[in-house]
Amino acid sequence: MTRAATNNYLNPAELGLVGVLGAAFLACTLATARAIDPGFGFHAGLFAAASAAGIVALIERARRGLNQPVPAEIDGRPNYNLGVVKFGVAAAMFWGVAGFLVGVVIALQLWAPSLNLGLEWTSFGRLRPLHTSAVIFAFGGNVLIATSFYVVQKTCRVRLAGDLAPWFVMLGYNFFIVVAGTGYLLGITQSKEYAEPEWYADLWLTLVWVVYLLVFLATIWRRKEPHIFVANWFYLAFIVTIAMLHIVNNLAMPVSVFGSKSYPIFSGVQDALIQWWYGHNAVGFFLTAGFLAIMYYFIPKRAERPIYSYRLSIIHFWALIFMYIWAGPHHLHYTALPDWAQTLGMTFSIMLWMPSWGGMINGLMTLSGAWDKLRTDPVLRLMVVSLAFYGMSTFEGPMMSIKAVNSLSHYTDWTIGHVHSGALGWVAYISFGAIYCLVPWLWNRRELYSLKLVEWHFWISTLGIVLYISSMWVAGIMQGLMWRAYNALGFLEYSFVETVEAMQPYYLVRALGGVLFLIGALIMVYNLVMTVRGREAELALRPLGPALQPSLVPAE
Amino acid sequence: MSYEFASSFAQTSGLLYFVGMFGAALLYALWPRNRERFDAASRMPLSEE
Repeated sequence: MTRAATNNYLNPAELGLVGVLGAAFLACTLATARAIDPGFGFHAGLFAAASAAGIVALIERARRGLNQPVPAEIDGRPNYNLGVVKFGVAAAMFWGVAGFLVGVVIALQLWAPSLNLGLEWTSFGRLRPLHTSAVIFAFGGNVLIATSFYVVQKTCRVRLAGDLAPWFVMLGYNFFIVVAGTGYLLGITQSKEYAEPEWYADLWLTLVWVVYLLVFLATIWRRKEPHIFVANWFYLAFIVTIAMLHIVNNLAMPVSVFGSKSYPIFSGVQDALIQWWYGHNAVGFFLTAGFLAIMYYFIPKRAERPIYSYRLSIIHFWALIFMYIWAGPHHLHYTALPDWAQTLGMTFSIMLWMPSWGGMINGLMTLSGAWDKLRTDPVLRLMVVSLAFYGMSTFEGPMMSIKAVNSLSHYTDWTIGHVHSGALGWVAYISFGAIYCLVPWLWNRRELYSLKLVEWHFWISTLGIVLYISSMWVAGIMQGLMWRAYNALGFLEYSFVETVEAMQPYYLVRALGGVLFLIGALIMVYNLVMTVRGREAELALRPLGPALQPSLVPAE
Repeated sequence: MSYEFASSFAQTSGLLYFVGMFGAALLYALWPRNRERFDAASRMPLSEE
């Protein structure tokens, strides 16, 4: 597409933005010079560099004449904004591989602690939040922003609202990831699970997130389709709730505006309750609601079948919204939290089983009349297996929230296994499925480079998940039982270090599971790169394994 | 205003409010006249260009 460049000047909005970025550059440079701790100085320098890069990008965009108004429609059809979605997909795969790799490293560190190299930057305590944030917020977050920008355009039949705003959201969010990740390595943390970044990173994310909400709402506002598709409801719940959770849980007072350290305004058990209200709803609204939106769009699309029951999807949505928000206290069983609050958290967690399984059944039954596609289409199979894992982990979670069960499972590796059956099986698989769908659509390719490679990805990583969760079940339950075992005289049977020693073999199995999952993701990256480059392997390549499939037919 | 009054008011009105909201969502989802609209909506991912 060639657009006549009528002028190469910045328009007033861009001029204003350049002014804001210039002021930010000066303020951040000053903060770098005045920083009271080196980590803050480094981050202020990053912000200054990003502001300068923003100014350069705006001027370069205008110089090339790319800042002219883009038509919302071409020949009566919506002119969808796909560039920003492409960036999000690529960023998701980059961060995904990085996050899985760090996961493998820390899994191996638990098996052989000397692998922390004796350096503070590579110690387990710093790499673990790097892993969790990289997979949840960097991989998962980019998948959610990219798919939400795609789905909201397609189901509203209108171009994404805003010109610079979607790019601000996408680049600003990834900049937040860089600040958060480098902060963990430098030892900057407020020690809140899934909310480790300090106050200035939190403020930046708040700004990005508000613009995200505005872009999403403005796109829905301009929709050409009278009905708001259910996936958009799930995305909206995800965006709104994360904004609320993020702001409340990160209310803090910095020690100095030129330092990274801050103190939360809540203290003691109130702080713990707010933290786990946040933490569990990060699971409920980030890792569940957003990815259910993906399910409600991509599974019908790929299976070429309508949603099994649209009514159930509405009830699913509201039941999930009303219940998830109460479940957080189950993270604080047998603590100083009042007993009634613990019971409340447990009760709502158990009730959540219903909407969770209702949603899973709705997704699975969408394949009615198309079950045969599971045999031929590994992409659809990834998404259906993700629903099976969703069902499994949403059964296991409520069970573990029961106080009696929790007294065994809490603080053990059973929890780690549970989280990963949800994260690897549900979140990552539905994301992989969506990305495998999106890449050919976005880059106008007929089909993926190779469905056989998707098969390999599927089986290798499924084996990895099975090794991971089964080893953690065994290790965790053994650990819990060893902690509580006592002898005839009433003394504890095992010292703590004996439980650690007993778990070592399972840690190796878990690390192997992680390696397989990582290999699967690398196969996926190769497959996607070849797809973007416009290759198709199926005709040219010999079968990769004789036992794999008798004859593989690409899905239509 | 005592703690007892505030907590019982919050709990009772909260219960009624949330059950009422959820009831409204159920009514909307199950209302017979909405069937046609929902049938069309369930095909939305399939009907785009």
